[in-house]
Amino acid sequence: MVLFVIFCPIVAAILIMAGAPSRKTALAASVLAFATALVLLASFQPGQRDFQHVTSLTISPEWHLSFTTGIDSLSLVMILLATIVTLAAVWFTGTVERYENAFYACLLFISGGAIGAFASIDLFFFYAFHELALIPTFLLIGIWGSGNRVAAAWKITIYLAIGSFILLLGLILLYQSFPASSRSFDIRALNAAARLGQITADAQHHVYLLLLIGFGILISLFPFHTWAPEAYASAPAPAAMLHAGVLKKFGLYGLLRLAIPLLPEGAHYWVNLLVVLLLGNIIYVGLVTIAQKRLDWMLGYSSVMHMGYIFLGIASATILSTVGAVILIFAHGLSIALLFGLAGELRQRTGTLVFDELGGLAKVMPFASLAFGFGVFAAIGLPGLANFAGEIMIFFGAFKNGWKLDHFHVFQIATVLALWGVVISTIYMLRAYRKTFMGTLSERWKEVVDLRFGLRFPIAVLIGALLCFGFFPQSFVQTITPVFQTYLSANTSHVIDVQTCSHGAVPPCFTKQHRPSASTQRGGYNIHQIARR
Amino acid sequence: MTMITAPELEIAVLVLGMVILLVEAFATKFDRRILAFAAIAGLTLVLVASFFIAPNGSTIQATGFWSFYTADRLSIFFKQFSLLTTIFVLILMTDYAPVLRTSFPGATLQAGLGEFFALPIFTCVGLMYLVSAIDFVFIFVSLELVTISFYVLVSFTRRNPLSLEAGTKYLVLSALSTAFLVYGIAWIFGVTGQTNLQRIADALANPATDRSAALLGMVLILVALGFKVAAVPFQLWVPDVYQGAPTPVTAYLSVGSKAAGFVVLLRVLQPFLALPQTQRLIVVIALLTLIYGNLAALPQANLKRLLAYSSIAHAGYLLIGVACFDATAVGFYLVAYLLMTLLSFAVLIIVAQQTGEQIADFDGLAKRSPFLAFAMLVGMVSLAGMPFTAGFLGKFFIFYAAILQHQTALVVVGVITVGCGFYYYLKVIRAMYWQSSAKIDKIPVNGLSRLAISALIIATIWLGVYPQPILDALK
Repeated sequence: MVLFVIFCPIVAAILIMAGAPSRKTALAASVLAFATALVLLASFQPGQRDFQHVTSLTISPEWHLSFTTGIDSLSLVMILLATIVTLAAVWFTGTVERYENAFYACLLFISGGAIGAFASIDLFFFYAFHELALIPTFLLIGIWGSGNRVAAAWKITIYLAIGSFILLLGLILLYQSFPASSRSFDIRALNAAARLGQITADAQHHVYLLLLIGFGILISLFPFHTWAPEAYASAPAPAAMLHAGVLKKFGLYGLLRLAIPLLPEGAHYWVNLLVVLLLGNIIYVGLVTIAQKRLDWMLGYSSVMHMGYIFLGIASATILSTVGAVILIFAHGLSIALLFGLAGELRQRTGTLVFDELGGLAKVMPFASLAFGFGVFAAIGLPGLANFAGEIMIFFGAFKNGWKLDHFHVFQIATVLALWGVVISTIYMLRAYRKTFMGTLSERWKEVVDLRFGLRFPIAVLIGALLCFGFFPQSFVQTITPVFQTYLSANTSHVIDVQTCSHGAVPPCFTKQHRPSASTQRGGYNIHQIARR
Repeated sequence: MTMITAPELEIAVLVLGMVILLVEAFATKFDRRILAFAAIAGLTLVLVASFFIAPNGSTIQATGFWSFYTADRLSIFFKQFSLLTTIFVLILMTDYAPVLRTSFPGATLQAGLGEFFALPIFTCVGLMYLVSAIDFVFIFVSLELVTISFYVLVSFTRRNPLSLEAGTKYLVLSALSTAFLVYGIAWIFGVTGQTNLQRIADALANPATDRSAALLGMVLILVALGFKVAAVPFQLWVPDVYQGAPTPVTAYLSVGSKAAGFVVLLRVLQPFLALPQTQRLIVVIALLTLIYGNLAALPQANLKRLLAYSSIAHAGYLLIGVACFDATAVGFYLVAYLLMTLLSFAVLIIVAQQTGEQIADFDGLAKRSPFLAFAMLVGMVSLAGMPFTAGFLGKFFIFYAAILQHQTALVVVGVITVGCGFYYYLKVIRAMYWQSSAKIDKIPVNGLSRLAISALIIATIWLGVYPQPILDALK
C-alpha cells in the first residue's frame, strides 16, 4: 500500500507524458493517493513503535542496500501532508498555455519524489527520491514561471544541487562512521547500532555539520535561504504550493529522522551555531519580510522565516518541542499552500501582486478573502488553527530544553527572541491582508470575479485540516510522541538531563494530568533499561 | 560446452576487420552500409562469445605469451566494454554516413565509407589487447594500434579544414606523448631490468633498487597516459580535436580511448603504490582536471565542444577513483560514462544533421522529437549526476572511496564542480524544453538508432537503480 502511494503519482506522470488526458489523470492519481494515505492512517497501529507496512527488495547485499519502504507515525504525517497538498495543487492548476501534459507530469513527479523520500527506510532511496524533484522544479519555474523566472530557476537548481551533494557527503560519512560490520543503509539498523553507541562523538560532529548544511540549504536555513523567496515568487502557484508546502519539509524530516536519533553528540556540539542561524531566520528574515512590497515575495520570505521556529523545535530536542515541530511542519505546509494557491489565483485575475496597486478586493472576491484570512491567521499562529499548537509546543519545549545546560541558557534567550517573531509575522501578514483585501476598491478591479465553485473544494480541504488539527491536536500528539520517546530517550540518555526530560516528556498543555504518564516513566532514560526491553 | 580462451576473441575481431577491408576493396556497386551492419553483427557475436570465457589470471611464474597477456576478470570485463562501445559507435557511424558523403564533393557516393566502417574494428582490437596487457612492451604496441587508427579516423573528412586541424593536432601531440611513454619505459627498464609489471613491482620492493630513477620513469609514463585520458595539464588537444573530428569518432575517442587509458593507468600504477609520491601526484592532477574541465565547460555554446570539456571533467572524477586506487569505482564510473556519453552523442548526430551542433540548435527539440529530447534529457541528467541514473551511482562510488580515504580536498572540489556541472548540462535541457524554435518539422529517427538509443536509456536508468551486475562483474 505504501508502494502504491509512492508510485501512483509517478506512474500517472509517465502515463501523462505518454499521452493520457493530463488533467483527468493527474486529478485521479492525486485523489487515489490521498485516499490511500487516509486508508494508511486508518489501518495504522499507533501503539507499535516500529515501522509498519514494510516491504523490502534487496539491491546490493554487500552494501546492505535495499529498496525498503514503510511508515511510522512520523512518515505517515508527512505522507498525509504531501498527498493533501498534491491534491490541492493539482486542483488549483488552471489552464496551462503550453505543454499542458508536461506541467502535470512535473507536478506529479515532485509529489511522487517527496512521498518516496518520506516512505523510504533506506537512506539511499530517501536521498534519491528527493532528487527526483529537482529537474521538474527547474522546468516548472523555467517554462511556466513569471517575473524573473530564468534567474530564479537557475538559482534554485544550482543551490539545491549543491545542497544535495553536501547532504550526500554527509550521508556517506554517516554510513562510514559505523564500524564495518554494522554499516547499512537501513535506518532501523543504523538506529540499533547507534543505540549501542557505535558512532564516536568526533564522527558525530563532522556528520552533523554536513547534514545541517546540506539539509539547511534545502530548508532555506539562514544564510542559505536566498534561493527560496525568488523561486517561490516566480514559480507558478501549484509549483510553489508543492515546493514550499511539501518538498522543503524533506530537510526537516531528514533532521528529525537522522540527526536526532543518530547524532545526539553532534547536535549538542553545534547547538549554539544552530541557534544563531535559526534566529537569523526568525528575526533577520522576518524584518526583511516586513519590507516586501509584493505579495508573492512576502509569502516567499514568510515561508523562510517560519522554518526558524521548526529549527528551534528540532534544536532544543525535547519530546515536547520535536512533536511541536512535526505539527508545525504539517500546519505550515497546509497554510503556505493555501496562501500560495490564493496568491496565484489573484495574479491570474489582476496580473499584479504589488501591494500598492491592489486593495479592496474583498468586495469582489468575498470567498477568496475569507480563505486568505484563514491562511493569514494560521501563519500568525492564532489559537484554533494547527500552527498555534505547533508553535506553542515548540516555545514551551525550547524554554525548558533537553540539553544539560545552565539555568539561564541559550534556548531561553532564543525563545524570548523567537517570540518576537510572532509579532513580526503579525505585522507583515495583517498588513498584506489589509493592502490586498481591505480599503477602497480600485476601478481597475471592478470586473474581477471570485473563485469558481470547483476551486472552493481544495481550499475547504486545506482549511478543514488546519481547523481539525488546531482544535484536536491530542490524537496527533499521541500518535507522534512514541517515535520521539524512542529517539530521544534511548540515544541521548547520556546527554539529556533526566530531570528536565521527564518533565518535558508529555506535553503539559495537552494532557489532563501534568505528571508524566506511566509509560514514559517506564520508558526511562537509561540505556540499559532500553536494551533489556 | 568447450570454453574459449581469451586471445581468440581478439583474433576473431582482427579477422573480421580484415575481411571487411578486403570486401570493401574488391566488391563494387553495393551499399557500403551493409559492411557496417556485417561488422555490428560480427562484433555482437564476439561479445556473446566473450561471456563464455573462463578468467585466466597470469602468475609471476608465467612465461612466454602469458607473461605479457592476462585474461583476468577485469580485462575480460573491459574487453566486453570495448566491444560494446565499438558496436554503438558503428551504429552512430551509419547515421553519420550522409554527412561523410557530402564531405567528399568530387567522389562517388560510396567513396571512403568502407574504410570508415573498418577502422573502428582495428581500434577495437587494440583496445582489447590493451586491457589485457601486463607488460610495458605489449602496452606500447597495443596503445599504438589504437592511436594510429585514430589518426586516420580523426582526419577522415579531410576536405573539412576543422577536421584536418584536429587530425594534425592529434598526430603531433599524440606522437609527443608516445615519446614520453617510451622514454619512461626505458628508465624503468634501466632501473629494474624488467618490463613485466608484476616483476617490476617485485624489483621496486627490493630496497637496493634506485627509487628516484623509477619515480622519474613513472612520472614520464603518467604524462603519456595523462594525454590519453585528457587529464590537466595534458588536455590541450581535447577541445579542438573533439570538435573537429567526425562526431562518431569523437564519441569513440571520449569513451574508448579514455577507458583504455584508465585501465592501463590502474595497471601501471600498481607497482608504484610503494612510492608515497604517486598518490600525491595523482591527487594534484585530479584537482586540476576537475577545476579546469568544469570551469571551461561553463561558457561553451557548442554542444560538441561542451562534451569535450565535460569529458575532461569526468576524467577528473575518474582520477579521484584512481587516486584512491579503487578499481571497482573507476570501472563502474566508466560503464556509466559509456552509456551516458554515447547516448548524448547519438542524439547530437541525429539533431546536428537537421540543424547544427550549437546548443541553440536544440531549441524546442521537445516539440520536434519528444523521443530524442527525452533521450538527451536522460543523458544530461546522468552526466550531471542525478539519482536513478547510472551517472549518480558512478559519482556515489567515487565519493565514497574518497571519503573513506579522507581525501578532503578532492571531496570539497568535487562537490563544487558537481554544482558547475548542473549548470552546463541543464543548459541543454533548458534549450530543449524552455525555448521554442523557428523550425517545427519532425525529426526522423531510423529503426536501428531508435533501438540503440532506447537500449542506452534503459541501461542508464536500470544501472542507476540496480548496479549489482556490474559490481559483481568487477569484483
